[in-house]
Amino acid sequence: MSDSTSNNETFKNAPAKGGKTLFDKIWEKHIVKQIEGGPAVLYIDKHFIHEVTSPQAFKGLEQRGLKVLRPQQVVATADHNVPTVHQHLPIKDELSRLQVQQLIENCKNHNIELYGLGHPFQGIVHVIGPELGITQPGMTIVCGDSHTSTHGAFGAIAFGIGTSEVEMVLATQCLMQTRPKLMRINVEGQLNKGVVSKDIILYIISKISASGATGYFVEYAGSAIRSLSMEARMTICNMSIEMGARGGMIAPDEITFEYMKGRLFAPGNGQWEKKLEEWKQLYSDADAVFDKEIHINAADIEPMITYGTNPGMGISITGTIPSEKDIDEKEKPSFLKSLNYMGLEPGSRIKGKKVDYVFIGSCTNSRIEDLRLVASFVKGKKKAKDVEVWVVPGSRQVEKQAREEGIDKIFEEAGFQLRQPGCSACLGMNEDKIPAGKYCISTSNRNFEGRQGPNARTFLASPLTAAVAAITGEVGDVREFF
Amino acid sequence: MSNAKENKQSAKSPFIGSGKLVSSAVPLNIENIDTDQIIPARFLKATSREGFGKNLFRDWRYENDDETKPKKDFVLNNPTYKGRILVTGRNFGCGSSREHAAWAIKDYGFDVVVSSFFADIFKNNALNNFLLPVQVTEDFLKEIFKAIEQDPNTPIEINLQEEMISLPGASQNFSINAYKKTCLLNGYDDIDYLLSIKNEIEAFEAQRNAVHA
Repeated sequence: MSDSTSNNETFKNAPAKGGKTLFDKIWEKHIVKQIEGGPAVLYIDKHFIHEVTSPQAFKGLEQRGLKVLRPQQVVATADHNVPTVHQHLPIKDELSRLQVQQLIENCKNHNIELYGLGHPFQGIVHVIGPELGITQPGMTIVCGDSHTSTHGAFGAIAFGIGTSEVEMVLATQCLMQTRPKLMRINVEGQLNKGVVSKDIILYIISKISASGATGYFVEYAGSAIRSLSMEARMTICNMSIEMGARGGMIAPDEITFEYMKGRLFAPGNGQWEKKLEEWKQLYSDADAVFDKEIHINAADIEPMITYGTNPGMGISITGTIPSEKDIDEKEKPSFLKSLNYMGLEPGSRIKGKKVDYVFIGSCTNSRIEDLRLVASFVKGKKKAKDVEVWVVPGSRQVEKQAREEGIDKIFEEAGFQLRQPGCSACLGMNEDKIPAGKYCISTSNRNFEGRQGPNARTFLASPLTAAVAAITGEVGDVREFF
Repeated sequence: MSNAKENKQSAKSPFIGSGKLVSSAVPLNIENIDTDQIIPARFLKATSREGFGKNLFRDWRYENDDETKPKKDFVLNNPTYKGRILVTGRNFGCGSSREHAAWAIKDYGFDVVVSSFFADIFKNNALNNFLLPVQVTEDFLKEIFKAIEQDPNTPIEINLQEEMISLPGASQNFSINAYKKTCLLNGYDDIDYLLSIKNEIEAFEAQRNAVHA
């Protein structure tokens, strides 16, 4: 990896001279007004909401006597706080039931389209937006969820916001935002066998750290990125926040347009050609200048796994956890605290470590391609005896597709549980939690202390590496199976 | 800002009036504290903004999630340390965008968080709740931790007007954008401002629609 910081670093809030970046092309079209010495008023095209970070925003509106300004630009779903079994029954946990009920009422009172439990479009907010064609190139998109960066895969400015900001967007369709600095991460070359997009992003985060992109908006570029499918690109943009970036984006191209064509809310006949012309202008000009550029050689990336309690603590599957002597004195207490939590020794390997749970799901890796990838490895095999394997599709549509393709049968025969759509064990909020002290290899995005349940221990990895663990019961290298 | 009204909904800004705050501080010298630690997801089921303080740092505060078993070595359980200022290690507030983290810190009784580095979304959420994130250099942060270690009652002054943080015998400037500073000094919030320019927002929409038609 190499990086360079341009002279433009000194002009923090000024767009670069010369060519325009993809980010600026979109940003400039959405500025309602620029406040001198302060933020810009940024217009928001699409606003996704869910049950956990929206109730207080609606309450705020009601206290101010306001209605939602543009309900047709808001789409709602229930995902974080829902069970992933028996979704047709009332939610058992009373607080969860009330929270989901509150979303239903808020959407009804404010004429907002809700794809709630039972609806054929229900699912994780960052899965359903793209699959329904609501997410489109050139848009500004927000949601009260930090993984909103997922939608940047389409060449959109998409980022997570807090509940006060949800309230602002509901009330005014605008946000007060300071233009972030811009970073471009170029991944060039051919990926190694067994390496998938999750490995690319875990590798990037391990190189630039969990805070290395704070203050930046990232554009991912280079031949290795261009070669990826839309779903693989979403996995990369999804985890931008895990290195502190406000968002991540990829310029739209033929792969993007091909994915979008014919989706339910994509521009229809008559509009499509016109939109396509606009979208084709969405790329960073050859002479556009970024505040920071990073270059990565795709050939250096191996299957990745995390060993610590932030997503920057990752190594290649064959690597060793850093020794104490490799760690900066200042960071040593946090490093040791982290390994103590994980029950791991500095300088040891993770390969061969037994796991108790395998979680395949979350807004990072729960799309049909992820399920296909797992199924391709698992077909005809059985899960290890002492391992519990949960596969949680990202949406009802993904679930339906998996059944149509017979993937459900492959999982069933392997002894996996194919559950119903939701955020599930990614965040330790709903019923799906990993018990204290247990190890879970997870395709989700965060390995924080307690993230998957109090004292649960998380190894983040790709769907392929998770599939290996499901079959063997331990952390393994998928390349040994080719 | 001229049209913005004083915010009635959220907690009042502690900086209205003098623009200053003086208090002892609670030291939490850990880096990369994510919002899942500040408030675990299982406590996000509420539909109001109140009451999150009792679950602040829940899993660091109690043994086995049991409120009757406070962990003695955790700083919030140590009566020696108190005050309206929380001092923490770098990259505070990373991870989930949950504003509940800012609500929990504020509800517990803090008005200021000092660190050498803040995650972006947390910073915005804090400011939207009149919780002031004060970013200092790594060296000055070390100095603050040392001063508190020597005397837990060390008074720390936050002067928002002058953008200055001071310990007895040492001080440092911090920066905050002019707009947000005005909000904190006057108790304004962004919604008030955005509502005041509704005509401009609608004009912007009309212009865009004309282009796209």
